[in-house]
Amino acid sequence: MSRPASTASAPVPGRSRRRSRGWIATAPLLAFVAVVFGAPLVVLLGGTFVRQGRFTGENLAESLQGAYLTALIGSVKLSATVAVLGTVLGVFLAQAVVASRLREAVLTASGVLANFGGVPLAFAWIATLGNSGVVTRVLGLGEHGWSLYNFWGLTLVYLYFSIPLTVLVVTPALDGLRPQWREAALNNGASAWQYWRYVGVPVLAPSLLGAVVLLFGSAFAAYATAAAMVGTTVPLVTLQIANALTGNVLIGHENVALALSLDMIVIAGLVMAVYLPLQRRSARWLR
Amino acid sequence: MAALTPAPIAGDASSAPTRRERPRAWRVAVLGLAALYFLVPLAASFWFTVDDPQGFSLDAYGQIFSAPGFASSLLLSLGLAVATIAVVLLLTLPAMLAVRLGAPRLRPVLEVVCTLPLVVPPITFVAGIGTVLRFGPEYLATTPFYRTIIALQNPDFPVVLVLAYVVLALPYVHRSLDAGLRAIDVRTLVEAARNCGASWPHVVFRVIVPNLRSALAGASFLTLALVLGEFTVARLLSFQPFPVWIVYISGSQAQVSVAVSLFSLLLTWLVLLVVSVAGRKRS
Repeated sequence: MSRPASTASAPVPGRSRRRSRGWIATAPLLAFVAVVFGAPLVVLLGGTFVRQGRFTGENLAESLQGAYLTALIGSVKLSATVAVLGTVLGVFLAQAVVASRLREAVLTASGVLANFGGVPLAFAWIATLGNSGVVTRVLGLGEHGWSLYNFWGLTLVYLYFSIPLTVLVVTPALDGLRPQWREAALNNGASAWQYWRYVGVPVLAPSLLGAVVLLFGSAFAAYATAAAMVGTTVPLVTLQIANALTGNVLIGHENVALALSLDMIVIAGLVMAVYLPLQRRSARWLR
Repeated sequence: MAALTPAPIAGDASSAPTRRERPRAWRVAVLGLAALYFLVPLAASFWFTVDDPQGFSLDAYGQIFSAPGFASSLLLSLGLAVATIAVVLLLTLPAMLAVRLGAPRLRPVLEVVCTLPLVVPPITFVAGIGTVLRFGPEYLATTPFYRTIIALQNPDFPVVLVLAYVVLALPYVHRSLDAGLRAIDVRTLVEAARNCGASWPHVVFRVIVPNLRSALAGASFLTLALVLGEFTVARLLSFQPFPVWIVYISGSQAQVSVAVSLFSLLLTWLVLLVVSVAGRKRS
């Protein structure tokens, strides 16, 4: 019965009634999530271990072999590349505008661009740097063997929403870097490099790692952009899952899609698990 | 690199934004590259749509509206968005009020539940849904649930998409409403209104909701943007709302599909710009 003090004056019957109401009001949401979100995940988990009515680990084993393993590795490689490049470039951009007149405009634009992905993003880039894209034609990139439909092309496109996301995440942290720290370091004879090496980056480290994790997660889960851009020329796990879901597998192997999904959830979960404690740690500095 | 930066004059430089410096070369370079990277694709896409053998032409944009399926898919997306917004707000707002007023021990539970959809990639979620929809009828053929599962997948208005979108929108709605509720003293407002004799519906609709206007608007617009751009779930469950239609039309008319992409971008950006501006004003 540890109730907050502010309701101490409320009459006792009212208190107990409010508590029961509290339970009831959260019930629809929790029930909804349990059914709509929980049921598919339970089926996913169960289906992973079923093949033609038998309980077996074959699906999971198959999802970690051959083309499927290549796709998993491809997804992890792409996401990691995007995450690291996006964080580094985003931090430079954020640092360039954090104390300038453009700050508000860049933050607003970042808020918009960070939410932007999917099919329209893919088409905008195809129209720009695709085989008959405007920039490709103007610069004659086609003769030099340029192609957007490969690993680095996808990286280039994914960075379009990843860099703004980084700007949004690290700007509060850059604000938290007190000018006094820099002045103290410089007055003690530190070079700018030493300031960043021993003061700036260590303070920023949790937010930077947080940005890396966020970017990894969003690039890892992205499907629409890749599907509209590369079809299946770049091995990605999301494309393989979609392929398997739409019936493009051997008979009896349909549940490999579920096993692949489980692999994805495990990887995404592990990466996110790194993020949560980090966020708590960085919150300490950002007051 | 300027290795020896002169120490800035230590004044009351406690807030960073007031510390404006002379633009340095590296800043200009970074900003220039960023502008190039972010603006060129947009400009090039626009050029792609208006470039015509005869010169400049806005035909592609005119063709959007006459392309088969444009109106029905856009209307479907808007309908799905409205339904999703209604359901997600009706579910989350009472629950979030309740954990602040009557059941504080459920608050971490609610937080975890509302963050979980971020960890699970949408494509794995749809893999699960697809399996339920495929195998559900086999096991439920003799029960009333059978009809429910069929009704969920009515192609004219696929309720199953609304359900899925509510789950996908939960993290954003929760974050937005949480920020809004943090800014007002819910407990005091509710107790004051109740002591003055207001009924519960009156408290919620005349006291809480007006105070949460900007947070509710932000949550609604984010959900709208999410639904208007959602491709994965709809495509893999074989429905055809707007984003799926764009890919479908791209097979036959490249210029029109890029024009539609730009059009949907503008639509989404407008929505997000409203959220962004409202959010900055609030904070």
